[in-house]
Amino acid sequence: MNINTLKLSLGPVQYYWSRQTIFDFYKQIANTKIDIVYLGETVCSKRKLMRRDDWLEVAELLKTSGKEVVLSSMNLIEANSELIAIKSLCENTDYTIEANDLSAVQLLKDRDFVTGPSVNIYNPATLKMLANHGLKRWVLPVELSKASLADMQLERPAGVETEVIVYGRLPLAYSARCFTARSHNLPKDDCQYRCLDDPDGLMLSTQENEKFLVLNGIQTQSAKTSNLILDLDELHQLNVDVLRISPASRHTEKIIDLFYKTLHESYPAKSANAELQKLMPAGGSCNGYWHGANGMDWQESTEEVLCQETH
Amino acid sequence: MSTFENDKVTKMELVCPAGNLPALKIAVDNGADAVYMGFKDDTNARHFAGLNFNEKRSVQAIEYAHQRGCKVYLAINTYPQASGWDRWKNAVDLAAKLEVDALIAADIGVLDYASSKYSNLRLHLSVQGSATNSESINFYHENFAVRRVVLPRVLSLKQVSNVAATSPVPLEVFGFGSLCVMVEGRCLLSSYATGQSPNTFGACSPASAVEWQETDRGLQTRLNNILIDSYKENEPAAYPTLCKGRFEVTGNTYYAIEEPTSLNTIELLPELQKMGIAAIKIEGRQRSPAYVNQVSKVWREALDACNNDSGHYKVKNEWLQTLHQVSEGRTTTLGAYHRPWQ
Repeated sequence: MNINTLKLSLGPVQYYWSRQTIFDFYKQIANTKIDIVYLGETVCSKRKLMRRDDWLEVAELLKTSGKEVVLSSMNLIEANSELIAIKSLCENTDYTIEANDLSAVQLLKDRDFVTGPSVNIYNPATLKMLANHGLKRWVLPVELSKASLADMQLERPAGVETEVIVYGRLPLAYSARCFTARSHNLPKDDCQYRCLDDPDGLMLSTQENEKFLVLNGIQTQSAKTSNLILDLDELHQLNVDVLRISPASRHTEKIIDLFYKTLHESYPAKSANAELQKLMPAGGSCNGYWHGANGMDWQESTEEVLCQETH
Repeated sequence: MSTFENDKVTKMELVCPAGNLPALKIAVDNGADAVYMGFKDDTNARHFAGLNFNEKRSVQAIEYAHQRGCKVYLAINTYPQASGWDRWKNAVDLAAKLEVDALIAADIGVLDYASSKYSNLRLHLSVQGSATNSESINFYHENFAVRRVVLPRVLSLKQVSNVAATSPVPLEVFGFGSLCVMVEGRCLLSSYATGQSPNTFGACSPASAVEWQETDRGLQTRLNNILIDSYKENEPAAYPTLCKGRFEVTGNTYYAIEEPTSLNTIELLPELQKMGIAAIKIEGRQRSPAYVNQVSKVWREALDACNNDSGHYKVKNEWLQTLHQVSEGRTTTLGAYHRPWQ
C-alpha cells in the first residue's frame, strides 16, 4: 500500500496525566511522522495540572516541528465556569479549534473550525448546514459505518475534510457523574484526582471477567481498542483525508510509525496489525462500527477472509 | 391548535408520555397540559414493538387531546443517516400536516428541514439534542428558531438555574421516570454492545438483544450475550439496561455506573418554578396506561399545589408512595440535580 494523500492525526489525550508526563509525551510526538496534533483537556474541567500557557507551549513546540496544531475544547459544558473557559479559548487564539459541543460551534460562528467525534453529524444535511457555519473538517461520529460515510462523502460540501478515528479506545458516553470517584466511594466534589492513578483509565469487567468498558472520570470508553489498520484501502477509496489515532500511555509513537509505514512504505497491513495487537492496552481490538455491526465486534477484512478460504 | 400565551411562563406545564391511544386519553383526562408521542418507526427515541402511532391513530389522538384543551407534541428525535433520510423528512411533513402543537427534534438536519419548510411549525429541542448550556441553546435558537429546550438530565439544580437565567427560550426539565445517567444524544453504550442506540435506532438496550437465563448460579440477564447482572434467589431482577448492571471494577462488584432507580424531582417543584421553568416532563412512553394514570394524577396534583401557592407547597407522602411503586427498583433519586449524586 502506498497512500501518500492520507494525513495522520493524534487526537487529544483523554486521560489525566501529570504535567511532566504530558510535556515528555509531546516531545516524543514532535519527532514522529504525525501531521496534525489535537491538544487540550476535553473530558473534565477539574483537571488543571496543565494550564492554558502550558498547552500553548506544547503547541509552539509541535508547530516548530512542522505539525498542524488544533486546540480541542471540552465535550460536556455544564457549569458557568466551563462556559467562560470555552469562550475565552474560542476568542483568544490563532489556532484552529476543535468543537466538541454545540456551544463551541456557536462561539466559533463564521470562523474556521473542526468538529470532534461527539458533535452529531449523522447526515449530509447537517454537514452542509455546519459547512455554511465555517466547518473545515469533521470527525465521523463513533457509531457510524463505512456505508453511512460513503453516502456522506458523495454529498460533502467543497472545502470540508473528513477525519475518521482509526486507532484507540472509543469515547462512548459522558455523564455528570464521575465514575472513577464513584469506584473509590468519593463524591465528584472531593474526587482527590484519583484518575491520575489510571493512565489508560479504569477497567470495568462483567461478572464473567469479560473486559467491557473503561471508566475515565465522567467519560466511558470502550475496553477494546478500535483498530482500522486492515481497512486503510477502504478509507482511501472513500476519500477520507485524515486518520486519527487516540493517545495511550504507552507506545503511541510506535503505533503512529506502524500506521505511517503501512500508508507510505508498503508495509503489509497484516504485519502491522500483528504488531499493534502487542502494543495495545488490555481488551483486544474492535472494528464493528466501521463494518456496520455492534461496535465491540472484530471482523477480519474481506480480503483476508478470502485468503483463508483459498488456503 | 392551542396557544402558548407568547411563551410567557406563568404556570409550569405538565407534559405526559403517550405511547398509545389509551395512555394518551388517560393523560388528557388526568389533566396533562400537553402529551408527547411518536410515529411507529425509528424516527423517535421510543422505537419499541407495539408502541406509537400511525397516521390514523395520530389523527384520533390529536382530535381527542385538542377537544379537551390539551396540546400534542410529536417527537422526531433520533438521528437520521443518509439512507433513511426520506423517512425522517416524511415524518416532519406528516407532523406539519397533522398540525401538532410542537415538533420535538434533535438532529441539525431535521431541524433545518423543518424550520425552512414549515415556518409555522413550532420547534422544541429534544433532550437528545444534548444542549446543556446557553451557548448551545443559542445555536439552535438562532438557526432554527426553537421555542423551547428540553434539558439533559446531567445538570445540578444550580446549573439548571444558570441556564434558565441565560437561555433565550423557556426550558422543559424531566420530573419523573427512567434516568439516563449519560448526557442524552451522546451515549453510544447501547450500539457498542448491540449495534443499536437511541441515536441510530431509537432504543437503548433493545429488547431483541435481551436474554433472561435461569442458571444453577441464579438468574442472569444478558444483552447480546454480555452478562449485565446476575441475581440470587428471590432477589428482584431488573431489565438489563446496560448502564444499570453490576460490574467488576478493581476487584469490587457493584453498580459501577448507576443502580436501577428512577428520577423523581417532585420536592424541587417550587425551586424549578422560581427559575421560570416552563414545563415538567414525565418520562415513560414505553410504560403501561396504568403507569401513566398513576403518575399523571400525582404530578397534576403536585403542580397545581405548586402553581397555586408555592410558598406552602409540601410533598405528600401518598404521592411518594405511588411514585415509588412505579419506579425502577422501587427507589427514586434526585439524580444530577443533587450534587452529591454526581
